[in-house]
Amino acid sequence: MRPTAARTTTPLSLFVAAALTLAAGSLTACGGGSGSDPDTVRISFKQSTDNSVKVMDTYLADIKKQFENENPGKKAELVPIKAPDSEYYTKVQQMLRSPKTAPDLVYEDTFLINSDITSGYLKPLDAYLAKWPAWNQFIDTAKTAARAEDGKTYGVPDGTDTRGLWFDKAIFKKAGLPETWQPRTWEEVLSAARKIKEKVPDVIPLNVYTGKPAGEAATMQGFEMLLYGTGTEGGPDPLYDTASKKWIAGSRPFKDALTFVETVYEEKLGPDVSDALDPNIATRVRGEWLPQGKLGINLDGSWLPQDWLPGSGHEWPDWSRKLGLAAMPTQTGQAPGRVSMSGGWTWAIPSKAANPDLAFEFIRTMQTKANAQKWYVANSGIAVRKDVAADPSYVDAQPGIRFFTDLVASTHYRPAYPAYPKVSTAIQEAMEGVTTGDASVEEAASAYDEALKAATDDQVVEKR
Amino acid sequence: MRAAGRPLSRTLTRALPVTPAVVLLVLFLAGPIAYCAYIAFTDLQLTGQAESSFIGFENFRTAFKDKAFLNAVWLTLVFTVLSSLLGQNTLGLALAALMQRASKPVRTLVGGIVITAWVLPEVVAGFLLYAFFRREGTLNAILAWLHLPSQNWLFTLPILAVSFANVWRGTAFSMLVYSAALNEIPKEITEAAEMDGAGGWRRMWHITLPMIRRSIGTNLMLNTLQTLSVFGLIWVMTRGGPGNRSQTLPLFMYEQAFQKSMIGYGTAVALLLLVVGSLFSVVYMRLLRTEV
Repeated sequence: MRPTAARTTTPLSLFVAAALTLAAGSLTACGGGSGSDPDTVRISFKQSTDNSVKVMDTYLADIKKQFENENPGKKAELVPIKAPDSEYYTKVQQMLRSPKTAPDLVYEDTFLINSDITSGYLKPLDAYLAKWPAWNQFIDTAKTAARAEDGKTYGVPDGTDTRGLWFDKAIFKKAGLPETWQPRTWEEVLSAARKIKEKVPDVIPLNVYTGKPAGEAATMQGFEMLLYGTGTEGGPDPLYDTASKKWIAGSRPFKDALTFVETVYEEKLGPDVSDALDPNIATRVRGEWLPQGKLGINLDGSWLPQDWLPGSGHEWPDWSRKLGLAAMPTQTGQAPGRVSMSGGWTWAIPSKAANPDLAFEFIRTMQTKANAQKWYVANSGIAVRKDVAADPSYVDAQPGIRFFTDLVASTHYRPAYPAYPKVSTAIQEAMEGVTTGDASVEEAASAYDEALKAATDDQVVEKR
Repeated sequence: MRAAGRPLSRTLTRALPVTPAVVLLVLFLAGPIAYCAYIAFTDLQLTGQAESSFIGFENFRTAFKDKAFLNAVWLTLVFTVLSSLLGQNTLGLALAALMQRASKPVRTLVGGIVITAWVLPEVVAGFLLYAFFRREGTLNAILAWLHLPSQNWLFTLPILAVSFANVWRGTAFSMLVYSAALNEIPKEITEAAEMDGAGGWRRMWHITLPMIRRSIGTNLMLNTLQTLSVFGLIWVMTRGGPGNRSQTLPLFMYEQAFQKSMIGYGTAVALLLLVVGSLFSVVYMRLLRTEV
């Protein structure tokens, strides 16, 4: 018996070994023959899910032309990724994992950048920045936006943003509300919405982004605009305790913010829940609801007009006469009386990029003063460069820029530590629970506390 | 020497023709599966992690404590029983039986329509049914025309809506399997039963069903396995929402792996889905064996 067994196993193992060697050989062949061309810089960016919005595409096409003229023999290849925010991040992360797919330059949201830095996806840019005079034009908060815990800088920010309330003056008039409106408390926001619901029943009174489908928009434009306006008795940041370096669970402000969201959807002051939980809601708000006068109050970002500029697809030159702007008030009018959140995006170079030097050349072309200014105007961005901010042609380019730039004084930044993206998802789940009515505020908040422990490896501190 | 040498070379020569196929299978089938099984035991994340490490059964322990996972298992069972066992299977058999007696034009027409639903790509079918069920959709228009109250089906009864969608899409497969099986039943037996005075239902129960038993088993197995892994249809219609009220295991797995970036955990859930599928298969195989 035994010799037979040995006899059959030997050829079998030989055979398996041969197969494995073959397999290994062909795999190495795959890895070695990277098809990237040393003269081509590949640029990944997020394309709007609204087909008629081409702000980024147009801008990058222009930069590409300049770049190719200035660098003869070099080529720029644009790799658009058309997806809602949350899917964009996933797709980019997958691309960054392998040198076969990693682009040379990638558009990264600041909230995710620390997380991606921890994963080793990005390359520190300090060596390039030291030799780049324009870097001195960036304001300090912008320089720290993409600075990791190791003190190195991983991204060049192309602007920041602030958030506030947009309201439809025509709807306000019908509802008997003032044309210049500045609510002082959350209650005043809600009572205005109730008035709209009563007097103008065929419009959506108040939009607050919510739930997982809206992604980071729900967390930042929705929840954090409430949470960071609940007063600062628990420390400067209601999500993260900087003293103990732990995330905050079980807090009263957290439940208060959830209660606001619950009220909006329970009293049907917000969009229909199925619309609120549509992943493309942000696109619909800008492209349909506001321009068509179907939305009373919208808690949203400073960048909305980029979709309404000439050549953007949804031209709406009248927006500044039709819409009013108000700062989001704090919960009960606590100092400083208003609240805003700021984020922004950066251009970063993947650690597996084939042509990092060329990629930085592309950043330099994007960030000549003229090009940077063109971008700020095109995407309704808040400038993070001193030379652009001081230029009157930027300030006057668009109504609203001054209003949103003034909000920078009372703005907050997210605790963009590596765990933040997961914390953000946990917030979205809590919001979704109270939005659909599947969970009460207490239930949603305690589910958040549980999720927080898992998301942060138990780095959690209880605050009442 | 002789005894060991000759068979060796002979086995090798015999193995030669299958080598390319085996290499391809190892490369593209066994390789990824083994890699997937390995990842399920690590805490690999898509972002926010310097290095992944081996964590044993931790992912599986987490899953069984995770309410959302248990909810997904429950919804997967509901979805499978409703749309595969009760829906596709029964409706497919009914259609096949009825079409046997129908006139040729009716048969061609009905068969054509049912198979069209099956031929449509999953995403297209998903959008069609999304348009059918959504608030401003066809179903509510019909209900309004009949003066019946309408509602937002994808929001109030999401799991029922997606189950219906899967029935709509998948019935053709069962119908084809059963049509073939029914054609195999010798006419004489049915006629004999008819002569003995057996009515339609009795003939179905005592003659037809026992004779197509094997087809029923095969069909149930294929249907169930297909239904367990339905992703695109539900993703397009509801994305697993609202909340997680239509989040079956494939959607849960996608969410954990790609939206929450927990590739390790998502992969563990994928392996558990594989277990659920094989449990169903074992049950069906047992049923088939004992009844033969």
